[in-house]
Amino acid sequence: MKFNHQSKPMLAAFAAALLVLPFIIDSLLGHGWVRIADFALLYIMLALGLNIVVGYAGLLDLGYIAFFAVGAYTYALLGSPQFGLHWPIWAVLPLGALLACFFGVLLGAPTLRLRGDYLAIVTLGFGEIIRIFMNNLNAPVNITNGPQGISSIDPLSMGGFSFSKTHELFGVDFTAVHLHYYLFLGFTLLVIFVSLRLQHSRIGRAWMAIREDEVAANAMGINTRNIKLLAFAMGATFGGISGGLFAGFQGFVSPESFSLMESVMILCMVVLGGMGNIAGVVLGGVLLVILPEAFRHGAGPLQQALFGKIVVDPESLRMLMFGLALILVMLWRPAGLWPSTQRRRELMPDETVAQQEQDTVYDAAK
Amino acid sequence: MKPQLPLLEVNDLKVSYGGIHALKGIDLHIAPGELVALIGSNGAGKTTTLKALAGLLHCTAGKMHYDGSPLHHVPSHQRVSAGLALVPEGRGIFARLSVAENLQMGAYTRSDDGQISADLERMYALFPRLAERRAQLAGTLSGGEQQMVAIARALMSHPQLLMLDEPSMGLAPMMVAKIFETIREVSAQGVSILLVEQNAKLALEAAQRGYVLESGAITLSGEASELLGSDAVQRAYLGA
Repeated sequence: MKFNHQSKPMLAAFAAALLVLPFIIDSLLGHGWVRIADFALLYIMLALGLNIVVGYAGLLDLGYIAFFAVGAYTYALLGSPQFGLHWPIWAVLPLGALLACFFGVLLGAPTLRLRGDYLAIVTLGFGEIIRIFMNNLNAPVNITNGPQGISSIDPLSMGGFSFSKTHELFGVDFTAVHLHYYLFLGFTLLVIFVSLRLQHSRIGRAWMAIREDEVAANAMGINTRNIKLLAFAMGATFGGISGGLFAGFQGFVSPESFSLMESVMILCMVVLGGMGNIAGVVLGGVLLVILPEAFRHGAGPLQQALFGKIVVDPESLRMLMFGLALILVMLWRPAGLWPSTQRRRELMPDETVAQQEQDTVYDAAK
Repeated sequence: MKPQLPLLEVNDLKVSYGGIHALKGIDLHIAPGELVALIGSNGAGKTTTLKALAGLLHCTAGKMHYDGSPLHHVPSHQRVSAGLALVPEGRGIFARLSVAENLQMGAYTRSDDGQISADLERMYALFPRLAERRAQLAGTLSGGEQQMVAIARALMSHPQLLMLDEPSMGLAPMMVAKIFETIREVSAQGVSILLVEQNAKLALEAAQRGYVLESGAITLSGEASELLGSDAVQRAYLGA
């Protein structure tokens, strides 16, 4: 994604649209949908973090939600009545990110030799271990409150400015969900910026080389061990930040929020949107948060109108449609909805290539 | 004549996979600017030798000296900056990266950006076909072109010693001739080359000296022309 001069007005219009978006959503769809937009931003951050590990470095991670959990629980434990600690956000958020980063390396180090299915199994196990720990750390010493979770978490606030209260600015009322939208948008843009810079850096190229052929990457002089650990660490850090924001926004965390299904969901965002392409991953995040919600709200009333009663429970119908959508996308757009140009080219059968090969052999004879 | 100090000297190198001894103590040396062929049949340990030299495998015993200093404990990624470059078996190109990006990866250990782009142009001059295809994904190239990418990529690291693992594998005969022409050209520019080949005749015709590897041990060595004429090589590898 490079912006030339001609696209500057487009970019400005896009920025303006992002800024007024919560008010448009509020007036058209209602307050609840602004909240959903907030969640979409959190998930976009997660998907972009996972994109580094899966999309760039090609390491399949099925336990990514664990880092989200680490960030969320760090915030919850240090900013709630649980231990009577109320640390400020500027201390808790970076600490959560750092701790998630540490756990990322902790997961990465023993799995350096693994690839593909084997790596997926270990990471899946890791994700479950973290969740089960949170679930059981209430005895003999109560740390996490177990399955009940931690509630009354301090809301996000910066220097006396609380994001959970309504503020009047420039004669407009900004409610909590609006304010969180802007806060999360800021963080999301930061994550996008870092992802973009990484993609076109030496490190980004090293990740892609490892994804393509690890032995060859090693033979190029890439320290594959450190570069792989860095991918785990960077991805985990983004997850940790998102987790901290989630805890402060929600005001409540429990192990339930960090199930395997969540990891799968984030992976779907990356794969459906377009692995390795930042715009695609963002699109995947938006769609996979909004569509299920729309379905939840729409399926019940629609069935009432059509059949006069609820035939299929909207919740199970939602999963059915989700599965169907996955199959359809993989059939028709195997590289994702918005793939990177390279991935698109790779999956497009190109007849000219066969011709070129013929030519090559004949040319060599000349 | 003053004896020339070898660029690479290997003494009693041993490698085993589990309980299997893949290399049972081999000795070899390469002088600066020399083109040396290492020939042998399938499973003789040719690829193992190259991987051990590149640091991709752990050696159980033996000594390796490169440019006078021990190589044994130098990690693989540092051997590249020391001047050793490997063109891996099966080419090992980065299929989903463009030709240009592949070549840039070869210069990963270097930081002299200006010189890198000059070298890139040099590679395109050496392989005009790659210049035409620079924006194309490397995975969509033909086998011969992929081999060109692999060689050019290795040359991008400015090696003193280029190690080639079966560059003729899976290529049409005309393409093989083309690749070998390039190998001679690179050698003429002063780069030392260790060429591993199953195609003994081709390799020995290109090389100055050669080694014959059989089940993990070197059984013959000498001038390439002598080896080419020797009965043992004729019988075993040339089907005469």
